[in-house]
Amino acid sequence: MTRRGMLMKLGILLNGAAGIVLAVPIVRYLLSPVLRERKPGYESWLSLGPVALYPAGQTRLATFQNPKADPTDGVTADIPCWVRNIDGEKFQVFAINCAHLGCPVRWFPQSGLFLCPCHGGAYYSDGSRASGPPERGLFEYHYKLQQGHLLIEAGEMPTAGAPSASLTNITKGSSPCV
Amino acid sequence: MRLIKSVGAWLDARLQLAAPIRETLQHRVPSRTASWAYVFGSAALTVFGLQLVTGILLALLYVPSAGEAWNSLQILNHQVTLGWFIRALHGWGSNFMLAIVLLHLAEVFLFGAYKFPRELTWVVGILLLLLTLGMAFTGQVLRFDQDAYWGLGIGASISSRIPIAGPWIVKLLLGGPIIAGATLSRFFALHVFVIPGSLILFVGLHLLLVLKLGINDWPMPGRVVRRATYLKEYHELTQRDGVPFVPGAIAKDLVFSGAILLAIVVCALLFGPFGPGGQPDPTIIQTAPRPDFFFLWLYAVLSLLPPSLETPVLLIGPAIALAVLVGLPFFSGEGEKSWQRRPIAVLSILLVAVSLGTFTHMANHAPWSPVMDAWSGEPIPAKYLKSHSALQRQGALVFQAKQCRNCHAVGGSGGERGPALDTVAVELTHDQLVRQVIQGGGNMPAYGKNLSPAETTALVAFLETLCPAGQAPARDASREAIGANQ
Repeated sequence: MTRRGMLMKLGILLNGAAGIVLAVPIVRYLLSPVLRERKPGYESWLSLGPVALYPAGQTRLATFQNPKADPTDGVTADIPCWVRNIDGEKFQVFAINCAHLGCPVRWFPQSGLFLCPCHGGAYYSDGSRASGPPERGLFEYHYKLQQGHLLIEAGEMPTAGAPSASLTNITKGSSPCV
Repeated sequence: MRLIKSVGAWLDARLQLAAPIRETLQHRVPSRTASWAYVFGSAALTVFGLQLVTGILLALLYVPSAGEAWNSLQILNHQVTLGWFIRALHGWGSNFMLAIVLLHLAEVFLFGAYKFPRELTWVVGILLLLLTLGMAFTGQVLRFDQDAYWGLGIGASISSRIPIAGPWIVKLLLGGPIIAGATLSRFFALHVFVIPGSLILFVGLHLLLVLKLGINDWPMPGRVVRRATYLKEYHELTQRDGVPFVPGAIAKDLVFSGAILLAIVVCALLFGPFGPGGQPDPTIIQTAPRPDFFFLWLYAVLSLLPPSLETPVLLIGPAIALAVLVGLPFFSGEGEKSWQRRPIAVLSILLVAVSLGTFTHMANHAPWSPVMDAWSGEPIPAKYLKSHSALQRQGALVFQAKQCRNCHAVGGSGGERGPALDTVAVELTHDQLVRQVIQGGGNMPAYGKNLSPAETTALVAFLETLCPAGQAPARDASREAIGANQ
């Protein structure tokens, strides 16, 4: 083998090695939103304020700040959710996002329905599916009561294919009368 | 003059660009291609140039931060001299860009320009279409308002349905677990670096291919493309009946591009910039998110598909569409080019155009969405209440207060989610009305839990009065039969 041939091979080898050395951190950097999941995770227990804010038998809008908020998030760090106080002791906390495509659902106390403005999904007061394109009920956060405060486990945007691990699954709703 | 000439000669002795440029400009094209049907590609290139310039101008002042983007757009709109005009040019340029690219695609398809030897030109063109759509979507996100925020949510929800990888794709798309600062930053990088960079690269390749292979000859019925003979035939055609591109064929391109640029300016002046709409504050839920014009058809499709078909269609549909588009020149690389001899091609274009048009039209008034404020809007028309009993009028009150009208129109106002109820008494009997209200069904929620028996009775009493004058309400024939027997 000639000296030039050797040098050529060495050059290719060196550049290949440099490519791999550079590619690994670049790919890890790009995947950081996914890899971060393995560490403490995105979700944590957040307070929605004193229980007294949510009268028994009513459903009220609550707002919490995303637990991993960055200084550049601005108003997008505030996330709304619907709190239903069933009987003064039991609660349901629904994600704002329609289970169809994530638009913000609105509560209509008069007819006892959540309605979605995008594609017309409708849910009953307990979050189960009433009609429209959603294939399931509203996403529901886990909650607990602590020293008179209502806490939920949140931090991820729930989506139809990937409702976050901590969300309770409401099964496909059926009419309460059938 | 002599100075310019000698400077030019000095430069060209070193750059050696004059000869290849002259050769490129004067390459021979078939004389019939100097046609108004061949102007869309150059117009798309011209608008792309406008988008690059206006885009860079906007980047001088736009702040790609979730906390500041909306404010910086307000400043551009209201405080910076002519900031509104640059935004309007960029927004209208985007609309014109998509329209011209789609026309270009239809024209190339109808004229058989994707056939041998221009398969790769077509495939690169499809890639350019996808990149252009990518620019439109990411651009809509940079206009960081309520529609952008919830539009991202819709994008994330669709991606989440991809099997297995869905949850990861959502986080990669959003740059984290929710729509926030990182999301806008990565869409900024896509819209300003990644996609335009790819566009420049592939537009260059697209043009190079057009130059190397020659512009598609005017399709003549009966002049069939055969791999064995086409190149020779095309060469002969350009020799026998060809003109140099400059000045022989460029005039119509120039006129059309100029007209398009002026049209964009006129639209920008008359209609102004797009948005931004309300602040991207997720806690303001009094909003009905709508996509931009070119994605309205998709918004309609997502509303009209049966729920069970939605995920398969969303995931498999684009793959099939892409496979058909990319595979087209390989399945039909030879044969007739003229649209006069290709009825299926003409019908496909018509079908796609009519479908997209219909879906877009439907999305504009969105009959599937409840009208959220209809119940507190117009009252029940007086003619529907005249000479009714107290119970029936109470029923009209229930109808209004329980938001029935958000989905059901009466007297021409209200939602269109469910059927209009002006003649419901002719269609449903008393028992059927009660059942429908209490149990729902046929895409209507059940109201059994939210209406007291008294309210249901009143509501049905009111609904039973809704029949046109002179037409009897629906009756249950079986009951009468039983009654007659007794």
